[in-house]
Order: sequence, then structure tokens, then C-alpha cells
Amino acid sequence: MSDNNLLKTPLHAAHLALKARMVDFAGWDMPVLYTGILEEARAVRATVGLFDISHMGRIHLEGSGATALLQSLTTNNVEDLKPSEAQYSLLTNPDGGMIDDIIIYRAAGEEYWVVINASNAQKDIDWITQHMPDSVVLEDWSSRTAMIAVQGPNAPAVVAELAISPSLKELKRFQYHQGDLLGASTIFCRTGYTGEDGFEIIVPAESAEEIWNALVAAGGVPCGLGARDALRIEAGYPLYGHEIDDTTTPVEAGLMWVVDLNKPVFTGHERIRAVKTQGAATRLVGLTLPSERLVPRQGFAVYSGDTLVGHVTSGVFSPMRSHGVAMAYIAKEFATTGTALQIEIRSKRANAVVVPKKSLLQS
Amino acid sequence: MANNIPANLKYAKTHEWVRVEGDIAVIGISDHAQDSLGDIVYLDLPEAGRILAHGDTFGEVESVKAVSEIYSPVSGEVVESNTGIQDSTEIVNEQPYLGGWLIKVRMSDASELDSLLSAEQYAEVAEAEGH
Repeated sequence: MSDNNLLKTPLHAAHLALKARMVDFAGWDMPVLYTGILEEARAVRATVGLFDISHMGRIHLEGSGATALLQSLTTNNVEDLKPSEAQYSLLTNPDGGMIDDIIIYRAAGEEYWVVINASNAQKDIDWITQHMPDSVVLEDWSSRTAMIAVQGPNAPAVVAELAISPSLKELKRFQYHQGDLLGASTIFCRTGYTGEDGFEIIVPAESAEEIWNALVAAGGVPCGLGARDALRIEAGYPLYGHEIDDTTTPVEAGLMWVVDLNKPVFTGHERIRAVKTQGAATRLVGLTLPSERLVPRQGFAVYSGDTLVGHVTSGVFSPMRSHGVAMAYIAKEFATTGTALQIEIRSKRANAVVVPKKSLLQS
Repeated sequence: MANNIPANLKYAKTHEWVRVEGDIAVIGISDHAQDSLGDIVYLDLPEAGRILAHGDTFGEVESVKAVSEIYSPVSGEVVESNTGIQDSTEIVNEQPYLGGWLIKVRMSDASELDSLLSAEQYAEVAEAEGH
């Protein structure tokens, strides 16, 4: 059922034509599944899947001071970016909390694209605008464009063939190329949120449906938000509202690899530096439940015997492993790889083992 | 998409079906229920010998998306649980009325069957819920 009060992406009609099951996600009417979450997730690991991610925000920043602005608001080092490169980064507040996780694309010296989470789009835009000098212009391109993730081992070949551009396959991870796809001006970025190879492409809204249908015809399996969530959990990727929020610092979240404490100051750096020096009391870890079909879900308590040691932030029945996997913030004494813990799932205690987030897929 | 609702079964408003075989009620969840839940990954089922009253929770079905309790449409004793499918729960999605049955109950009051819904009546319940 479609709800008329919800926002619709340029691909909304295509989802309904494919008989997707639609849900409200951050105010958007989005497909949660087309045929089945497990089947769709497995297709991404085996061949190639397509995701409408147009609900994510896409903003364009340009003008004198744009680089300094992003340097001061985000944790990663923007000066490391050459034109046509992208980087994963964080917007942080003065307390070192994470406002959002974002991807910054550098188009030219002082011209950037920034991709932000749907649920945080207005908050992020307000935050950036508040700190922006008059010389920088922010334009919200979200409704003028659509964004499609093409993910899986066959994704590079499918995209390169449809774009008639074999060189796209040579792009390295986090590099992007501005080119042409079926006559439409397109940004092709070698990024993704599934743990597989692939692209995230930004296309004009009016071309989105034609491009989507061509990708489906080329073998792309339409995948909903259910499969997207399962895949990102298997890959150990954080999601705002689960592993990331405004009161958690990148130290607890294990995201210091996108924090450059050596660059000129950025918002929240004192606090992040202090937490890093003291050591965080909790750590984000992976939990695998190898003998368990029960699904560990956000908020479930984690125990070591009778001691409450943390809570699950995300969990899923792993489509690849066919058992439960989760991420959880765990007290540091219990967060060592190999530690045996128990997750309270309704009236039961499910056995879990701490593993690095990045190895949930192998766990 | 219309779901399969066999005419020869009885149904509960809570989406269980009953097939009567003498004094035994074979119980499962409807095609509509499995379709709404999506990929089923976990089944909690009672052991044989458990006594159930009409309306008792006898187990739970968990899908990737959600958890749902299952209620006994009849009173009686559980004589068999389909524990053989607990590691291949997709069979409940694929064959909710055949291989995906959940429990068999020896009924203590067959007159309870009269209060269950016919296929036509259940179709209206499922239709009203939509997806």
C-alpha cells in the first residue's frame, strides 16, 4: 500500500510495477523487498543487485572556502582528496558525537558533492549551512537526481557495458567518474554498502526509470532495504541510529580510521582526542551466533553469565551464513575477539562469540 | 496478490489453519501469514505431550523482518511437532499447507471447530488486512 504523505523517489513507479512491498523509511515510501530478503541478498553476493538509494541526500558545495568548511566540519582529511576521488567521513558535533556518516566527493579544488543519510538530511544541511561562509553555495540536488547502487561481483561489468565505457572497470574503490549512461549525465562512483564490488551512480531524475529498467534487463536483481540492511550488517558497516549517533564518538564506534587527528582542528576534536587517550569504556564489535536461528535485534541485552555487558545495535539472520549475526556495543573487558557471550532473545539466551565486525561474513 | 486459501481447511482469525484427520487437528500458518512475515528463519515448537487450551500460544515464528506468536485454534494434547523442518524453515514459506505444517493436536473438544472460520470467511479477514 502506498501512503500519499510519504516522499517518493523518481523510481517509485518502477518499484510498484515490480510489485515491491513498500514501507515508510525516514518519511520515504521505499521498497523493503521485491521477492524475498534472503534471495535478494544472496543475489548480490553471487551476481549483481540493484538498490534505489535516491532517498539519501545529495548536496553540492562550491565556492571559496568550501575545502576549509569541510575540513572544519568533518573528521577525515579533505586535503587528501584529489579531484574525482571520494572519501568516507563523519560530521561531528562539539562533544565529538557523530551527527552523520557521509561520503564526500571532490569534483575540483573548491567543488564537492556530499552524500548524506535520508534520516539526517535536513539536520546535516542545517548544520553545514550554519557554519558556511557567504562565499560557499550549497545546493540540494536530492530531488533533481536519483541514486542507484549496483552491487555484486558482476556489477562492474554490467555498468561498464551499459555505459559503453570499459575503462569504468579500472576505477579504484572510492574513485569516481563523471560520464554518460544512456545519454544521461551520470556520476559513477566505485563505492557501496554491501561488502561487494560495485558502483553507486547518480543520474538525472528524469532518466532514472529508463536506467533502472536497463540495469534490470542486464541482469540486475532489484533489491529492497531489507536486503541492503542484511548485507551491510554482514559486512560490518555502521548505520546511523544503530551504531552511530549524536552521543557516540568515533572511538567507541571503531571509526578512528576516518578521523585524522593530525589535520587542522575540526569540530569535536578535543573530545575525540580525550576519549582516545583515556580509552573508550565500550567498543563496537561483531557477534556471531553460529548455532542459532533466532534473530538478534537492536536493543537486545548482551550478557556474560549474569553480568550485563552491552546491547545489540543491529542484527540479522545472515543470508550467507544462515545463522544470526549482530553488532553490539560491549564493555571493553568483554569485547576481546573470541569472548563467549549470551544475547537475551525474548525468554531465551542465545550463545554468541565476539568477532571483528569485518569478519561477520566469514564467522 | 491473492494468497492461497484451501477450501477444505478451517482457519483462525490469528492466521492459523486446521486440517481435521479424525480426532487429530493438523495445524499450521496460512499462506497469507507466511507471505506477510517473509522469509521464515526460526520456529519454536512445543514438545509432544503438551496440553493446549483453545487460544494458547504454542510457539513462535520468526522471519528476517518480524516475530509472530502462534496460537492453538483447538484444545487438546500435542501428539507431534514438525521439528524436522526447524533447520529448513523456508518450507513454511514454500508449502504452508503441506510440508510446512507445525503441530498435530489430539482434540479434546471437537465442537471448537465450529467456531473457526471457513475459507470464505478467512479470505475476508486476510483481504481486510491487505499487506
